[in-house]
Amino acid sequence: MTGVRVPVRQLALRSGVGILLGMLLILLALPLLSVLLRVTPATLIDRLHQPVVIQALKLSLIASAAATLVVVLLGLPAAYLLATRRFPGKRVVEVLVDLPMVLPPTVAGFALLLAFGRAGLAGHVLHWFGVSLPFTTLGVVVAQVFMAIPFFISPARAGLASVERRYLDAASTLRASEAYTFFHVMLPLSLPSLLAGTAMAWARALGEFGATITFAGNLPGVTQTMPLAVYVEMQNDLDSAVALSVLLLVMSFTLLVGLRYAPGGLFWKADASGDAR
Amino acid sequence: MHRRHLLTTAFLLTLGAPRLTLTESGAPATLTVFAAASLSDAFKELGTLLEQREPGLSVRFSFAGSQQLALQLQQGADADVFASADQRWMGVVTDSGLVAGESHLFARNRLVVIVPASNPARIDRLEDLVRRGTKLILAAEAVPVGKYSREVLDKLSTAPGFPADFTKRVQANVVSQEDNVKAIVGKVQLGEADAGIVYRSDVTPAVARMVHVLEIPDSYNVLASYPIAVLKSSRNASRAQAFVDLVLSPEGQVVLKKYGLIPAGASAPAGAGT
Repeated sequence: MTGVRVPVRQLALRSGVGILLGMLLILLALPLLSVLLRVTPATLIDRLHQPVVIQALKLSLIASAAATLVVVLLGLPAAYLLATRRFPGKRVVEVLVDLPMVLPPTVAGFALLLAFGRAGLAGHVLHWFGVSLPFTTLGVVVAQVFMAIPFFISPARAGLASVERRYLDAASTLRASEAYTFFHVMLPLSLPSLLAGTAMAWARALGEFGATITFAGNLPGVTQTMPLAVYVEMQNDLDSAVALSVLLLVMSFTLLVGLRYAPGGLFWKADASGDAR
Repeated sequence: MHRRHLLTTAFLLTLGAPRLTLTESGAPATLTVFAAASLSDAFKELGTLLEQREPGLSVRFSFAGSQQLALQLQQGADADVFASADQRWMGVVTDSGLVAGESHLFARNRLVVIVPASNPARIDRLEDLVRRGTKLILAAEAVPVGKYSREVLDKLSTAPGFPADFTKRVQANVVSQEDNVKAIVGKVQLGEADAGIVYRSDVTPAVARMVHVLEIPDSYNVLASYPIAVLKSSRNASRAQAFVDLVLSPEGQVVLKKYGLIPAGASAPAGAGT
């Protein structure tokens, strides 16, 4: 009898794991499949020509591209300093740049409104410069930057930190300036991580919903990005909502596959997640 | 083979999973009421009232735009009672065969324009809404109050002293289309928008301190009609009916009135399906 016990237990364990995995796969795949199967390709193509879809697509592409640019511009120096320096208050900075990742987006949107809204803390200063954020496309970009920044800084920092010490030492022996070393040694060596971070930040910006609708509002052509349009069209024209969802799904999927299987190992591999190579 | 078996088993398990329910006889019962966002304050008080009367009963609410709730019900959301801010969405739910019995008209509501207490755009009359650059927030067209608002604007276009292109010019000032009326109240309260069109009942005592109200004359206003119904999905039909009865009772109507709604008077059938 004792000889049988082990295989039985093993079998039970295996089937247990298998069932859990099956449930996980159903949970993940079924919703995606349901969106894809909801309408016929003909309806889909027809809906992709709807003004509400085109407007949202255009706005989403412009806003998320701008947001990604700002994210890299603001995030790269921060990632560099966090990767290479020790300074007072570093812990505070670390927590602050990670915060948007765990903050509920509606809270972020509300906080942005209280800070940069017309009646907000910094609103008067902005107004003085003639800048208004709520209800503008610029507000959409700000909300997206806020939510996306950690998705760039984390991998970027890890990538920069993983550049081997001896290359930097070699550079400094050759009397290269810090700037020269950064641009000619660190940047090329950590490029895969930087690109991966950029892509993740872009995806996050593209998918942003809660902070956007709370902070920037919802107006077709101005602040109604694709996720907002999906939400609104769901109550209006289900087929348009499906078309927009399919579009977003394809974009996210392409991005993910691109990250994983880019030729020449340009992007980081999932297992070597930038912090150890 | 083995692997495929596992997946099939897992799939069947998920399908056959028993629904966790509380039956009528179960001691602590929960009543779920789906109600238009504009009913939030009045219904919360009515819910507390019913809970006091029926020990062990807990009434919980899901407040959102009626269109959102109707959609959720169509997609199979479990609820006992649905109260809509217009006939349109009650009609949609009725046509989907989800209503038990018929719906009853229980309240009416009027629209008002609200501006922040600081009144940054100096909107003192309804005519001021046409001024270029005014930041006006409406609800989206699918939201009952959004549809009513557009009707009011159309009516005002015919009023003496108002320009004929009033609707067009005011619509050009819309900076956001919110998905429920409370979102409009929030943004006007904060002073981010210059004006918004909401229900009279949304100007609760707490809100009244933060905003100014511009009345819309009766002849150009729209009377929003609120129907309520017990849903077929209710597993606690008698208690769901008790809530509906309370809303329709003189006592319930007093509560509705307290929150700025107009009592519907007799509990006449709302003519569901229109």
